[in-house]
Amino acid sequence: MADNKQPACMTCEPKGLCGGRGLLTLKEGAWANNPLAIQVLGICSALAVTNRLENSLVMGGALIFVCVGSNLLVSLLRKVTPYRFRMIAEVSIIATFVILFDQFLSAFYPDMSKQLGPYVGLIITNCIVMGRAEAFALQNPPILSIVDGIANGLGYAVVLAIIGFFRELLGAGEILGREIPGFSSWYTPNQLMILAPGAFFALGIVIGIFNAVKGPGPEEKK
Amino acid sequence: MSETSAWVIFIAAIFTNNILLTNFLGMCSFIACSGQIKTSLGLGTAVTFVLTMTTAINYAVYYGILISAEEAAELGRAAPLISTDLTHLQFIVFIAVIAAFVQFVEMFVERFSPKLYFALGIFLPLITVNCAILGASLFMIIREYSFLQSVGFGLGAGIGWAVAIVLLAGLRQKMRYSNIPEPFQGVPIAMIVTGVLAMVFMGFAGMVSIQ
Repeated sequence: MADNKQPACMTCEPKGLCGGRGLLTLKEGAWANNPLAIQVLGICSALAVTNRLENSLVMGGALIFVCVGSNLLVSLLRKVTPYRFRMIAEVSIIATFVILFDQFLSAFYPDMSKQLGPYVGLIITNCIVMGRAEAFALQNPPILSIVDGIANGLGYAVVLAIIGFFRELLGAGEILGREIPGFSSWYTPNQLMILAPGAFFALGIVIGIFNAVKGPGPEEKK
Repeated sequence: MSETSAWVIFIAAIFTNNILLTNFLGMCSFIACSGQIKTSLGLGTAVTFVLTMTTAINYAVYYGILISAEEAAELGRAAPLISTDLTHLQFIVFIAVIAAFVQFVEMFVERFSPKLYFALGIFLPLITVNCAILGASLFMIIREYSFLQSVGFGLGAGIGWAVAIVLLAGLRQKMRYSNIPEPFQGVPIAMIVTGVLAMVFMGFAGMVSIQ
């Protein structure tokens, strides 16, 4: 295996160890190529679970777990997976990790499991997980794939937390179900932020701000 | 089991409980493929068809195989083929059914109607990872629909999704001539317009209601 290196792994040769590329991968996933705000992937769950900060945090955690697990396994199996069957292999690996998380949630936190409803199961069709498995883990060694999984999961979780924070703040006048001294007393909650339209507005504005800060990407310039 | 008639669920799934505008399912392809009315109409048709069929198949699989014998008896349903509780496998089985069905439809359409294949062809593989399809199957289980209700829900959800994407495509075509601040061009403004669309659909609330 060692003498027959994949061309993709050559890219990390000039930078020395694959560990040297780890930081780059982390930065790329979490900021420069943020899966949610820049690539606009996996927005279904981002909109649905962000009505409360608590839900957003749990969902972010779930995605980090699934992304890391599936990236690791896909990467370990990348040399034995026939190219034609890679999709099915990826989906089954992802589904396995999602089932693990779902079972864990319904066993230990049944309330949270009920609140998130079908959206835990829908991580399977979350384009971020699938996209990372396909675009990154298939061509990179396991350790680097784990880093990539953490980076992308983190990038997703942070944006989710930001949206969840503002939606709960403006929609319910609370944070994590607690009143904020000096704010909740005079603020009249705007129900719209909790409902569906608020989610679209919040995500649209967050992506807009990300674009403004980062400058338009090459493909958005057309 | 909920008592609502399949017809009411069908109407509610289009208007008041639109799968896209209130449950946020199928957003990825919604944003990516809403550039033109024609393409979005093609995608909408394909989604409606696959959604209706897969909810029916997944219904049969869930209540025929996966559910445990005791739970089936509790819900007053016929005993499943395998009495062991296999419900923890529902995600993996549902997604396999959807992927297999989409593959099958693709081969069938390619063989018998090349014209339709070229119209729908590129959209079919995309549908496998459309969360609306899997989401509808999961909602059907959570809300404990009967077979007829499930089909009504699947058809309604598909039509509702198609209506929403065609509406957004129309709006985006008009928006090409408007002067939008640069950071908001493209996806962000589409998202905000969708928010307005969701507000419009909220006007239907109270017409009919399901859970």
